[in-house]
Amino acid sequence: MSGPLLSVRDLRVGFGTEAGLVQAVDGVSFDLRPGEVLAIVGESGSGKSVTAQTLIGLTRSKNARIEGSVKLGGEELIEASDAAMRQLRGERIAMIFQDPMTSFNPVYRLGNQIVEAIRAHRRDVGKQQARARVVELFEAVGIPNPERRVDDYPHEFSGGMRQRAMIAMALALEPEVLIADEPTTALDVTIQAQILALLEELNRKRNLATILITHDLGVVAEAADRVLVMYAGKVVEEGTLDEIFYDPQHPYTWGLLGSLTRLDKPRPVRLPQISGSPPSLLALPDGCAFRPRCPHEFAKCRELPELTERLTDAPRHCDRCWLGPEEKRAKRQVEGQIGLEAPA
Amino acid sequence: MARFIARRLVGMVAVLFAVSLIVFVVFTVLPNTNPAQLLAGKNATPTLVKSIEDEWGFNDSLPEQYLTMMKKIFTGELTSYKPRIPVDEQIVDGIPATFSLTIGAAVIWLFFGLLLGYISALRAGSWIDRLLTGFSIAGISIPVFLIAPVFLYLFTYKFEIFPNAQYVPLSDDPGEWFMHLFLPWITLAILSIGFYNRVLRSNMLDVMNEDYVRTARAKGLSERQVMTRHVLRNSLIPIVTLFGLDFGATIAGTAIITETFYSIEGVGLYAAEAVQKFELPPIMGVAMYGAFFVVIVNAIVDIAYAYLDPRVRLGEAAS
Repeated sequence: MSGPLLSVRDLRVGFGTEAGLVQAVDGVSFDLRPGEVLAIVGESGSGKSVTAQTLIGLTRSKNARIEGSVKLGGEELIEASDAAMRQLRGERIAMIFQDPMTSFNPVYRLGNQIVEAIRAHRRDVGKQQARARVVELFEAVGIPNPERRVDDYPHEFSGGMRQRAMIAMALALEPEVLIADEPTTALDVTIQAQILALLEELNRKRNLATILITHDLGVVAEAADRVLVMYAGKVVEEGTLDEIFYDPQHPYTWGLLGSLTRLDKPRPVRLPQISGSPPSLLALPDGCAFRPRCPHEFAKCRELPELTERLTDAPRHCDRCWLGPEEKRAKRQVEGQIGLEAPA
Repeated sequence: MARFIARRLVGMVAVLFAVSLIVFVVFTVLPNTNPAQLLAGKNATPTLVKSIEDEWGFNDSLPEQYLTMMKKIFTGELTSYKPRIPVDEQIVDGIPATFSLTIGAAVIWLFFGLLLGYISALRAGSWIDRLLTGFSIAGISIPVFLIAPVFLYLFTYKFEIFPNAQYVPLSDDPGEWFMHLFLPWITLAILSIGFYNRVLRSNMLDVMNEDYVRTARAKGLSERQVMTRHVLRNSLIPIVTLFGLDFGATIAGTAIITETFYSIEGVGLYAAEAVQKFELPPIMGVAMYGAFFVVIVNAIVDIAYAYLDPRVRLGEAAS
């Protein structure tokens, strides 16, 4: 296997606010190889979107404090100039956003918005040439009648079609890395499946390294190779798709898995949930951030556990929980399946 | 498009009817004076007053008087009481001056309002932004009847930079036309410069938070392209509506005060004099002229709007 294409080490992103420094991302590290799909999973406010946007320099601002290292093919991006980042956006790392309804400018034709992206990087490409390229792209992402639809406005497209157009735009310059920030959240379930299938196909055909950001474990199960579970700005568990789904180590991951609706098990009286709400990033509890919501909290939890390999048989499956592997396996069984029992 | 125009025409007739009715009621029913008495002079005999009343139809029922007046307006027979000069001729004579004043002022306020608003938005929170905010609020707050005398005192009386008053037709002497209109333009534009600056600034700050602006950055556009093609372009859409309303209102009325101060013999000054003399026909004529332009300008705005924002379709927009 080739070396990592994108390598993130101890990434920290904080925003200065009137109430103090909000540490939105706190020490995130991961590697991404060509053709690999890495899912970053977590609730709203867990720092997954900020992580993604920081990779392409969209969180840079006067109030932001960004530390750590992001290397793309050996080139450090955190210290890169704004102009260099601009060059790289769209060209080497492309991004798809959550809401296709609002992510296109409503006053320009879709084709022109993609032509704009192409010509921002390739000055020598003529308008007609760029347009022909857009027609090709529309065809590749499965938009019917591409020749005619390139001249439509965003409001003339359905949500699913708009997300396809978004993907076409992201692919326009053949990037190496694709960041998909909740690409299916705003879509119907049937359309979700189509978009995921499309992303998977493109990923396979083009050997695209993909970061898939989502809170939907169903999406993860369908598309991801590796999974990063984030909570309150920190990675709490990391492993392959199978490891995370069949041998989850962190109680937060149990909670996420337990609150999925399962069609293969008898329906519970009430859909399980993780009680409480995520902590404010301005007033994190000391030690493990999940401690206040965790039914298995014990004295040691007041110290922050390291993200480290705790299983002898699964290298690179890391988690942040003080419980021993056997304790975890016993405690995560709730009514015969993986889950998190509600704290007393 | 045909449907849109038809709908607009119907709307225009309705607006003109409503305006004429309101103006007629306000100036005929409410005043506690007999226009015949005013026309006849101080020491008029009752017979003279009576003959004037008969001649002008002041004793007819109100609906009859209204209909006669409307008929005269549309046949161009409407004349002022004293001297008897056709109202339509007076208005047409005043139009070049009024349009020179309002169009010039509109160009100035749009240019500076938008330029300063753009700068304010780009530098939001900086000292430049605060300075421009201060000037804008001052511009919005100072009334025309304070600005005009101060300008006249400073720039024509004290320093004699600009000539005093009156209108020189553009065809006579473009240089003089410009010099004579410069102070009135600025006077009329100051309020709107401040206002448009504020509106564009806040529109742009809103648009900057839109998802599509983030998309524009994510595809690697330069900051200037993002600002002009996406932020500014979309922020201008509501400005067009505002401009339509303001420009119509300026032609129809706001220019009255400015024209009066600078003795520009335009439609506004004509209206002001008519009000002072209690002459109903010119007031009516000017009111109809004003309403007509407000409606026309707004129809143009709607067409421009559909062009600027493809989501708007004229057929539905007018309903």
